[in-house]
Parts: sequence; structure tokens; C-alpha cells
Amino acid sequence: MISERAQIFRQLLRQDAQLPISAHDDPEGKLGLSRIRRERISKPIIYIGMGSCGQIAGAKKTEEALIEYFNIRDIDVEFQHVGCMGLCSQEPIVDVQLPGKARISFCKVDPDNAADIMGAIFSNTVPMEHILGQHHTPYAEAWSQVPFWEEHRFFRKQKRVVLANCGILAPDDIEQCIVHGGYHSFIKVILGYRPEQVCNYIEAVNLRGRGGSGFPAAVKWRTALNTAGEQKFLICNADESDPGAFMGRTILEGDPHKVIEGMAIAAYAIGATKAILFVRQEYHNAIASMNKALKQAMEYGLLGSDILDSGFDLTITIRISPGAFVCGEETALISSIEGRRGMPRNKPPYPAEQGLFGCPTVVNNLETLAMVPSLLAMYPIGQQDTVPPAVLGTKIITLSGKAVNQGIAEVPMGISLREIVYGIAGGIREDKAFKAVHLGGPTGYCLGPESLDLAFDFDHLRLAGASIGSGGITLLDESDCMLDLAKYFMHFLVNESCGKCIPCREGTARMAEILEDITRRPRHESGHETLERFKGVMQLEDLAAVIKDTSLCGLGRNASNAVLSSLKLFREEYEDHIFERKCRAGVCTHLRTYRIDTDKCTGCTLCARKCPEAAIIGSTNFPHFIVEEKCTGCGICFETCKFVAINIL
Amino acid sequence: MAEELEFILSQYPRHQRDKLLPILNEVQQAFGYISEASIAAIGQYLGLPTSKIYGVATFYDNFRFSSKGKFHLRLCRGTSCHIAVKTKLQETIEKTLAVRPGELSRDGLFSLELAPCMGACGLGPVLSVNEEYYTQLTIESFLKLADNLKSFSN
Repeated sequence: MISERAQIFRQLLRQDAQLPISAHDDPEGKLGLSRIRRERISKPIIYIGMGSCGQIAGAKKTEEALIEYFNIRDIDVEFQHVGCMGLCSQEPIVDVQLPGKARISFCKVDPDNAADIMGAIFSNTVPMEHILGQHHTPYAEAWSQVPFWEEHRFFRKQKRVVLANCGILAPDDIEQCIVHGGYHSFIKVILGYRPEQVCNYIEAVNLRGRGGSGFPAAVKWRTALNTAGEQKFLICNADESDPGAFMGRTILEGDPHKVIEGMAIAAYAIGATKAILFVRQEYHNAIASMNKALKQAMEYGLLGSDILDSGFDLTITIRISPGAFVCGEETALISSIEGRRGMPRNKPPYPAEQGLFGCPTVVNNLETLAMVPSLLAMYPIGQQDTVPPAVLGTKIITLSGKAVNQGIAEVPMGISLREIVYGIAGGIREDKAFKAVHLGGPTGYCLGPESLDLAFDFDHLRLAGASIGSGGITLLDESDCMLDLAKYFMHFLVNESCGKCIPCREGTARMAEILEDITRRPRHESGHETLERFKGVMQLEDLAAVIKDTSLCGLGRNASNAVLSSLKLFREEYEDHIFERKCRAGVCTHLRTYRIDTDKCTGCTLCARKCPEAAIIGSTNFPHFIVEEKCTGCGICFETCKFVAINIL
Repeated sequence: MAEELEFILSQYPRHQRDKLLPILNEVQQAFGYISEASIAAIGQYLGLPTSKIYGVATFYDNFRFSSKGKFHLRLCRGTSCHIAVKTKLQETIEKTLAVRPGELSRDGLFSLELAPCMGACGLGPVLSVNEEYYTQLTIESFLKLADNLKSFSN
């Protein structure tokens, strides 16, 4: 049963299917729209970033400290959990909105400094060192001399469309979502347009899949729409398994209603009445947030049967992915939902013709679907002519590795890599030298400093022999070893290769072996071992070509990207490992030489006691020495030494 | 245990293959791992040979076949955590706690899992012990943590 309150919102949505609902729609104040919009509040609101990244950084402890702080002082405040704004490296982020004042964000709020920050802000002074920025709060006085958060270096070059509400609005409040424009595109579409028109529109705005390949979404949608079938399915792929890519999780946690809306529009456009969200099992918070959002959407009659008397039915269910990298491939994903091993199959028939249980099925990445309502809001149907040719939209990227600012950002397509690396990411930590940027996960590419002026979009990167991938961007500095990274990615792929195609199953393992050989001890050797290793590198290229040519799915076809691109760019580094038996970054532990600085060593014997190989000798209170022949380079002594007396040569 | 398993199965009235993974998932949630007995029971319920179920379950990373320890450790193996570690952190953990990934230590105290990227890339290396997170871990801070955990269990 739909409650009376929900009925009013449905009515508002029906009338006002273009603009966000404003306080004018609620003259008697019955709905409390002003409160829902977080304008003209009567008691202070404390917003806490409770995304997974915030929680790992300790947001729960911060919250406990804040609750205690306000309890002791008997101050009545409202707590509001929000998702992640994107600047994960500055979490826990806490916002404060005092009545009549603009909302203001603080970063790195931990239990130790929470009381000081709150004390200051509640007495109207701003603790500048923790400021992230203030928000544009309507009907509220801005804080003087406090920058807006959009002016922060991390946010300045961004164009936040899909992420617009993440970290700002409450993910668990559908009313707040609706008054800020949520579900408007969906209602407008199902009440006013036919599915073909939506497909035409998606083609006109040139929406391309954000999962990595950039395949036009309209092609899939139209095929599924035109294929006859009693039952059709829409699957939203949120099984992002690239290490370092967590855009889907952030959207699910921060703005689940946008995902529901995008899925609902897509389902309508292809004529599906059943939609499935396929989400990673580790995403407990995201799943909980989505479950709550789905329940609310059902309660407000925005999902279910005959939605707003349009005759359109839709149910969305959540399927938890049991975890396999290859399930990012659509046929493998479908096979996993059917209860089998997630192995890809030959295409055609394409899933849009014959997918889940043999029915026409469209599989889209979560980001692609979340883009749909925002596109519709910016360029309404019927006004496609006003759309600039080749709208490329935005891409969500995650920044990790050695970046100063780490987290998740949304950039306009075509922004240069330099702007991403030195602008948004803020450069390299500890002022180290930039070495390379790795795009995408294990199947991605690395690019060196000379490629920094490339435009970050599907086509320019493809021309440069790279790919946008999932959007994960890892920054590497001089202290990172390219071989070690290639080895890491290769081992990942060995584990994740599904085993269907022999070249991928065996080939990736052999490639990993070759890389292991290059980075293994002994450091000094006789005979032909050096030659063997060099032969290995030459085989690496051949092997990569075979795997690429003979694998069925994207995993195999892209398995060698990371190795080949780093081999191309950093061949010298490979040769160093092979001939000089040296890792210039000092990462490959087997090739390390440690030496104890006799001036600094106090003879505390700690390293000698911890050394698993008993390779350190020396008596108490006298400098110690490392027996090089025995040392395996594990680095335990280096980690344990309290006097920084052990150096890596 | 049998009753709880029966209850889980009864929530899937249609005995169909596509319910296999949700059932396995729920069994793991309830018991912490998937036991031989539960695989047999699921097989009977869905009319599938246990070999097939085992084949499907082992394909995926998230299913475990031995129980969790008193302290369940998850070490992030994302790219950022990987490049943040300059030492053999994983080996140290395995050696110190006498446990291998996916397994349970003999004393039943520790189990180790290599987790895919946890998404806290700025704080790596990340280790979680029973959902409590330890960030920017070094061998030294881990050894201290291990001592704490061991003394706590005594």
C-alpha cells in the first residue's frame, strides 16, 4: 500500500517531471520540503562520510566521539550519514551545517581532534587546517574567507554529473533524492516516450559503455528491443574487480537511487520487466544501501507493477557475485547468474539476442546506467539537436598508487592526463619523481611521462595504443619497479583466468614464470642462466601475441597489455634485472643488497634476532654485519632496525 | 546446523540451478564456510551431483571450505597496497601466525584471506582483523599486532 505521503510525492513527480521539486510545491509546509532540502534548518546537522573508505579510515570512531561530545554538552544535533565525496585520502570527512549558516566540510576528523573542531565551529570560528571547503547552501550565510569545496584542487577540474549527489545527499532518503531531481527523468520517459524514442536518444547522445571497451549502449539496447521475446532482462554489472577501481561501490553507497533510476530507464527502453543488479559480495555497505533504496522505491510506487499508471512493470533484484574477475565479461556474468562456472562463451549470438536463460538480455556497466538519468536531465528528449556533436560525457576515475589526492573523481572526457596527474591527483607524494601512470587494472596499460599530454577519452587513448579501461588510474614514482608491477598483474591474471582457453590458462602462467625468473636469485651465476633469462624476455613477446590472438574473451586478449606496455617503455629496466641483476627501484627483494651502516648501528642485536636466515652476525653493543651469501633480501632487518642503520644498496 | 541449513533451503522453493550460487552464499554467511555436509544437502535439494557443486563453488574466490579462525585476517592485495609494501609482509604474516591463505591455523585461532582491493588505496597496506581495519601496516606494526592477538587469546 502506498502511503499518503508517498502519494503526494508521486503527484509532484507526475506534474513536475522536468524540474527538481522546489519548496513552492509545498505552500502549506505539509511535506516539510524545506527541511528535506536541508534549507532553513532549525537544529545543527552533522554529516558524516560513511562510505567504505570513510569507515576504513575510522569514521565510526569519529562518530562515537562526536556523539559523546554533543551528549556531554547537551547540544541537540541531527546526525546524517552520507556517502563518499571522493577525496578518500582525506577521510574521515565530517560536515557541519549550523542554522542560517552554509554547510562546511572538514577533513581528517579523528576522535582526537573532533572536540576541538566542533568547539571552534560551534563558537563561530573556523579551524582552517581541517577545512575542505564550504557548500553553496541556499538561504544561508556563507562563511567569510572560507573557500568553496569546488575550489579545492581535487575538485576544481572535475565535472561531477554522476557523482553530483555522492557525499552530499543522504543515500537512504528517497524524498531528499526526489526533491533534488531524482526519478524525474524516469517518470518523464515512461509517461511521455516510447522505448524506440529512448533508444534513438541514447544513440544521438552517443552513450558509450563505461566498463572499458566503450561499446555504444544504443546498439545493445536496440537489438534487445527489436528481438522478440516474452521475457527480457536488464543486468547492471557492478562486479568491478579491477584492483583500485571502486567507482561502482561509491555510487551505490552514495547515490543508490541514481542507479535504480538508470536501470529503470534502460529496462523501459529495451522492454524488460526484470532487472538484476550483479554486485560484488565484498560490497556489504553498498548492498545494504541498495537494498534500502529498492525498498523505498517500492514503497513510493516507483518500482513494481504499473508504475504511475504507465502500464510499465519493473522489479529489480540484487544478485551477489561470488567473486571472479572474469565475470566482468557479459557472457561469463550471465553464466554465473544461471548458477554455473563463470566462463565466457562464443559471440554471436550476442546476449542482446540470446542471453540469460536464452532471453534477450542487456548487460551494462553500472556507471553507464547511472549516466543515463543525468544525460536526460541535461539534454531532454526531443532536444537532441541541441546536443553538441559527439557528446562524450564524463568518466569516473579512481586515483591510487602514489598520488597525493587519492579517491574517486569524475572528469570530462578529453581532459589531458597531465591535468589528471598534476591537477586532480595533485602530483606524487613526498615530491618523488613521476615515473608512469597505469590505466585500468591488470589488463590495463602503462604510459610514461611523454604521454601525459594525451587526451583522456576512448578514441585518443586507443590511437596511442592504450585504453581507458575501468577508469582506475595508478600513479607510480621512481621507487616503483615496473617488473614487480607486471609480475603482480600477471599473477592476478593467472589466478583469475577461467581456464577455458588454453593459451590464456597456460600462457599467463608461463609469462608469470618468466617474470619470476628475471627477478629471482641468485644474483651471481655462471653458465647460461643470463642467456636463458634473456630468451625468456623474447619469448614473453611471442607468447603475449599468441595469447592475444587465440583467447576468447577480453581477459585473455588483454592479459599481456601490462607486461608489453611496460616492456616497451621501460626496456632498460628489464635489461637491468636480466644482466646487471639489479632492481633500480629496490623493490625486487631478491635482487637487493643490504648493508649495515657501522656508524649508526648500536649493536642492539634486534636485526640478528629477527633474521630468519641467521645472516646477520655481530656481538652485543658492536656494529653488526650481513653475510651476503646467506641473505635472501627479505627486508625484515630493514623494517625492524630502530636506528635506520640498514641501507638498501 | 542441519535445521538452519534446512531453513535456508526452504527459502528457495523452486529447485532450480540458478539458485545454487545464492544458496551457497547464504550458507557461507550463516556458517562462515561451506562444509561437505552442506554441499551434500544442497546437492540433494537441487538434484545436482556434489562434484558439480564443488566444481562451481571452487571456481569463485569468495567461497571458503574451512571454518574461520577466532581472528579472521583479510590482507588487501590491491595494486596500491601491493606497491606500498616494500617488504615481504604476506610471508611474515603466514610465518608468524602459521597460516596459509584460505586456511585455518592448527590452533584454530587465525585464518587468513587474501582480499581483492578493499578500496582504501590511500591507506595501504590494509589488513582487517574481524572487520577491524589496520592501515599503513609495516612488518613491525604487524608483529606488535600479532603479539597482541596471541596474548589476547591466551
